[in-house]
Amino acid sequence: MKVKHITEIAQALLISRWRQTLVAAIGVAFSISLFIALLGFMEGLNRLLDGLVLNRTPHIRLYNDVQISPIQPIDMEESYMDYHNFVSSLKPSNTRKGILNADQITKNLINDKRVLGIAPKITTQVFYNLGSVNLNGVLSGVDVDQEARLFHFQDYIIDGNYYDLKNTPNSIILGKGAADKMLAKVGDIINITNIGGEIFSLKVVGYFQSGIAEIDKIQSFVSLATSRKLLNESGSYMSDIQIKLHNLNDAPALAKEYEELFELNAEDIQTANAQFETGSSVRSIISYAVGITLLIVSGFGIYNILNMLIYEKMDTIAILKATGFAGIDVKKIFISIALTIGISGALAGALFGFVFCLLIDMIPFVTASLPTVTTYPIDYNILYYIIAIVFAVVTTFFAGWFPAVKASRVDPVVIIRGK
Amino acid sequence: MEGEKVLEAKSIYKSFGTVDVLKDVSFSINKGEFVSVIGKSGCGKSTLLYILSTMDTDYRGDLLIDNESMNGKKEKELALIRNHKIGFVFQFHYLLNELTTLKNVMIPGFKAAKFSDVELEENAMKLLKTLGIEKLAHRMAHQLSGGEKQRVAIARAMINDPLILMCDEPTGNLDNKNTDMVFEIFNELATTFNKTLLVVTHDLSFANKTKRIIEMNDGRVVK
Repeated sequence: MKVKHITEIAQALLISRWRQTLVAAIGVAFSISLFIALLGFMEGLNRLLDGLVLNRTPHIRLYNDVQISPIQPIDMEESYMDYHNFVSSLKPSNTRKGILNADQITKNLINDKRVLGIAPKITTQVFYNLGSVNLNGVLSGVDVDQEARLFHFQDYIIDGNYYDLKNTPNSIILGKGAADKMLAKVGDIINITNIGGEIFSLKVVGYFQSGIAEIDKIQSFVSLATSRKLLNESGSYMSDIQIKLHNLNDAPALAKEYEELFELNAEDIQTANAQFETGSSVRSIISYAVGITLLIVSGFGIYNILNMLIYEKMDTIAILKATGFAGIDVKKIFISIALTIGISGALAGALFGFVFCLLIDMIPFVTASLPTVTTYPIDYNILYYIIAIVFAVVTTFFAGWFPAVKASRVDPVVIIRGK
Repeated sequence: MEGEKVLEAKSIYKSFGTVDVLKDVSFSINKGEFVSVIGKSGCGKSTLLYILSTMDTDYRGDLLIDNESMNGKKEKELALIRNHKIGFVFQFHYLLNELTTLKNVMIPGFKAAKFSDVELEENAMKLLKTLGIEKLAHRMAHQLSGGEKQRVAIARAMINDPLILMCDEPTGNLDNKNTDMVFEIFNELATTFNKTLLVVTHDLSFANKTKRIIEMNDGRVVK
């Protein structure tokens, strides 16, 4: 029995109840489009919120922590070695804050296949001079290119251009809060004082906004070279090495490895932000559950309509069987009806889902923490469309299967005799 | 070949619960015969037809179609035998309203898949022409009159060139004019085209015009 002929008969049956068929297909289309819109929106939000943490945080941060030596002189004295020694008011010795042998370490890291990229960083304390008043500030010296490539630096610059930091010597990107206080505009020259008390003049090339007011009041950015100048340090000085990995989940293991290898402190992102993943996965699960429920409900709609169709078309089934159609042929006819409803509904639903996503994408959404985001975030992942369509086709297949089996078991004698 | 057995019933018994409907029914039909089965309402003639048509398999005895026993055949095999060797005309036409006349006639041919679609359509048109309704080929089935529908049903029964045409009260729903017309068609099929026909009817005037009458009473063949 050719597929073409099966579909021809199925089509005739479909046309006979085209209104109900349309309603069923609309049901599928509706649930598919909602499924896609819901997941696209939810995942878009998830990515946005994860991005707040993930984009700005290095997977591993290498630094030289200020800490008290665990072995004190008294522990090395032979006569006290077997005792438990208490020493109070310990202070750390004046070790350097920079990373020793930084050039060699960065070279090793760049050659490591697991590492996506590294961005050196110098953090230092400064004062912003505002007439006779000095404001506290934290200055980060960054490698502009790497910062932009790995940590979306440009997304947080709300005025000016981030690459001016590299191109203009002695330039600074001020935190929005600090700039407001100092009434500094882009292009102005401001004065800052370093820890040693020396005054430097820096040109403002942009504003930075993280969305957290406390940070924006004190945090500013300069280039690596400028920050080294401020600290009177040599050309290879850096206080932190930020590492971004290919695979986020490798971070804890690699952090431990680097800690031993380079004899530095290493902090991985999971330790730094233990909770961020939980929220995302719970939100994803909820939206999948709601979406799949919608699809199953539309499956019941198809089941109902096919059942009705079978009761109405008993005569047709009887004559098909009388003229030599086997049960399996009848089953194929009804399953192809179900699949027609499912596939056409799924395709229309995917299209409408995409339109819904476009609409949501146009709704304004302004948040201080993400200066580059102006509308609701949508994730246009093709995967949601594939999941939705596959699931819709599978659901309608099963919704059609049971009525189809019922139809295939219709005894033509009972129907014809009943007349 | 005249005299060749097309269908043979060998002592067929059938009962619904404790009520025996058919008792020891045996007869045979040769190729080219035009046979009518008559009897009172409830004598089991329709039941017999459903058994002979292989649709009802719940009976004792043996049924041979084209010298082949139907005992122990699977549903699928029986469906194929119905498709290839038996044509049906019922009291009600059972046409698919959403298809054209031509498509309705072609449906059993789809299953048989002996011909390509083009050849099948030619055959269907030829049949419709023979029955004088070729003008209706592209009309939808629900637009036809009762007599026209029955003629389409006959064309549908003939499309796979069956060994035997089985009819269950084919004129039960028709007026006299259409009844005469249907008889003329059957008669022509039997005489001109040498077809075998088995017609169950309670219309005695119709039956009297056929070559052979099988009369049933109370589940037995009387004559």
